[in-house]
Amino acid sequence: MSDAVLRVEDLRVAFDTREGLVQAVDGVSWDVAPGRTLGIVGESGSGKTVAAMTAMGLLRGARVRTSGRVLLDGDELLTASPRRLQELRGTAIAMVFQDPLSALHPLLRVGAQIEEALRAHRSGVSRAIARARAIELLELVAIPDASRRVDAYPHELSGGMRQRAMIAMALANEPRVLIADEPTTALDVTVQRQILALLRRLRDELGMAMVLITHDLGVVAETADEVAVMYAGRIVEQAPAAELFAAPQHPYTWGLLRSMPRLDAPIGAELVPIPGRPPSLVHPPSGCRFHPRCPYVRERHREVDPPLEPLVGAGADGHRVACLLSEPERRAIWTRLAQGAPE
Amino acid sequence: MAAYVLRRVLWGIVLLALVSLLTFVVFYVLPSADPAQLRAGRNADPATLAQIRRSLGLDRPLTAQYWTFLTQLALHGNLGYSYYSQASVGSLIVDRLPATISLTLGAVVIWVAVAVPLGIVSAVRRGTWIDKLTTGGALLGISAPVYWLGLLALYLFADDIGKWPILPGAGSYVPFTDNPAKWFTSLILPWVVLAASFTAVYARLLRGNMIEALGEDYVRTARAKGLSERRVVWRHALRGAITPLVTLAGLDIGLLLGGAVLTETVFGIPGIGRLNYDAIVHADYPVIQGTVLVAACFVIVANIAVDVAYAYLDPRVREG
Repeated sequence: MSDAVLRVEDLRVAFDTREGLVQAVDGVSWDVAPGRTLGIVGESGSGKTVAAMTAMGLLRGARVRTSGRVLLDGDELLTASPRRLQELRGTAIAMVFQDPLSALHPLLRVGAQIEEALRAHRSGVSRAIARARAIELLELVAIPDASRRVDAYPHELSGGMRQRAMIAMALANEPRVLIADEPTTALDVTVQRQILALLRRLRDELGMAMVLITHDLGVVAETADEVAVMYAGRIVEQAPAAELFAAPQHPYTWGLLRSMPRLDAPIGAELVPIPGRPPSLVHPPSGCRFHPRCPYVRERHREVDPPLEPLVGAGADGHRVACLLSEPERRAIWTRLAQGAPE
Repeated sequence: MAAYVLRRVLWGIVLLALVSLLTFVVFYVLPSADPAQLRAGRNADPATLAQIRRSLGLDRPLTAQYWTFLTQLALHGNLGYSYYSQASVGSLIVDRLPATISLTLGAVVIWVAVAVPLGIVSAVRRGTWIDKLTTGGALLGISAPVYWLGLLALYLFADDIGKWPILPGAGSYVPFTDNPAKWFTSLILPWVVLAASFTAVYARLLRGNMIEALGEDYVRTARAKGLSERRVVWRHALRGAITPLVTLAGLDIGLLLGGAVLTETVFGIPGIGRLNYDAIVHADYPVIQGTVLVAACFVIVANIAVDVAYAYLDPRVREG
């Protein structure tokens, strides 16, 4: 996509640890356009959060090794000066974190934290104007009684309210890109839906590009236009959301789908957990990284590392997968699985 | 909050009564130097001793002595009279308070002004030479006994015995009201010596708290908002790291206002600590009782003040 506002190209992030070099992100590329949502899905440790934090410049340090490019309009974020990065954070790219209770400063009033975000980038804004704008933002994220809540401390708000306040803070300077890292994981199911609906509304109203990081395919199904599935630091499958749910191609995606409860599943279909655990990132498995957990593994898969390649079949526009099974094989397997057959 | 403070104050009064009883038992009941003997001289005859005992009220039953002390204190605010100088204990303490307050507050200013930046810098630049220097210096400051440090400071810088006689030495204290300039210069060495170990403790503590705070999610949020690193450190991380230090500082100030015995003694500063020390040497029971009570009072007040301050610093405590 040429109209992308945020573009990640071949991003690699490794941490120098006592156990060795942890390759947390290993050659990941994605982009996202204004008004669109990219969902990044994967288990904990798949590298989805690390990639986003690196893009924000929040993971810099002597023990972090990065390569590749992160382009935000004209700026390359991996090499941006700390000063430039500081200018862009909040104004061009903002982030909403998983647990708003720990992500908001516990000793500062919510309003003060929003005002601070405003005034950090607009030195001329007076206290009074910043406060009025903070109330406006709290109203925008549908916090009732905003003019009173602006003086509340985070612990005085409910979990959902806190996440709304967090979102209001991220939106204070109308960023072009919003990265939401597990924004609903710490919340009740009903509140989750409200927050997702809020994010969608704001994305459309403000024309933001949104990156939604989650381990929950259900969250992605409702909100994302495009989905990237990450496993062990890599993208294993990437497709428009509808396509991914209709014709998933990667055994790991199948596993995710089959372990997700859904109302339209065939009657009697059971939830199937993915066996095994995510692999070590210090010594990743040879060949296809998913092979130790893959029910369809062949001898060759232990040696050959599959690249992420576009499908050739019809109606698979923009669908890419990194799997050594042939396309007809995969389609046949998924058809069986979708009807509730065991592996 | 008001009800809470009132309850704490009432408890404080009960605690003071207990402290007074304990001091009374320790010094009057348990064997120690006999004040009558001390005052009568080495070869005094029994008649003189008895007469001194009578005049000091030491011949009365202990319970009666304690009762007199309590009622005098409660009804007239009277702490009794010194055996040694005949002056009222209350006036002795009031005379000595300014010196102790001067010493304490000056030292507090120094240790806060030095420890806070040091703690922050060594946390932010962890592992660099400045951090190692601070941590090493802190270890030295914590390990060095204050009387040794005091004597060393006098030996090096005092204008009478010092190698580099640049500052007034022991016994040079002048009240602020007499001569502010001399008051200031005479207190420089004691301030620095008293502040040294506190600076070390506070810098180390703040360093640890800051390192912890800098790893908190809310600091990451502050960076993600696009705040300057200075603001991230000084407003967000420090705000989260400093609360325990404020608590500790309150308690330390309370403790020091009760008399920095060693520092006051080494530098000959006529403060509460020195008064207490002299009173013990002279078995001057009423003065001991008075200084101990005043010190306990400061500690209790400091505790209450710290709890109130904590509620202001941490809104989460307020609801409790």
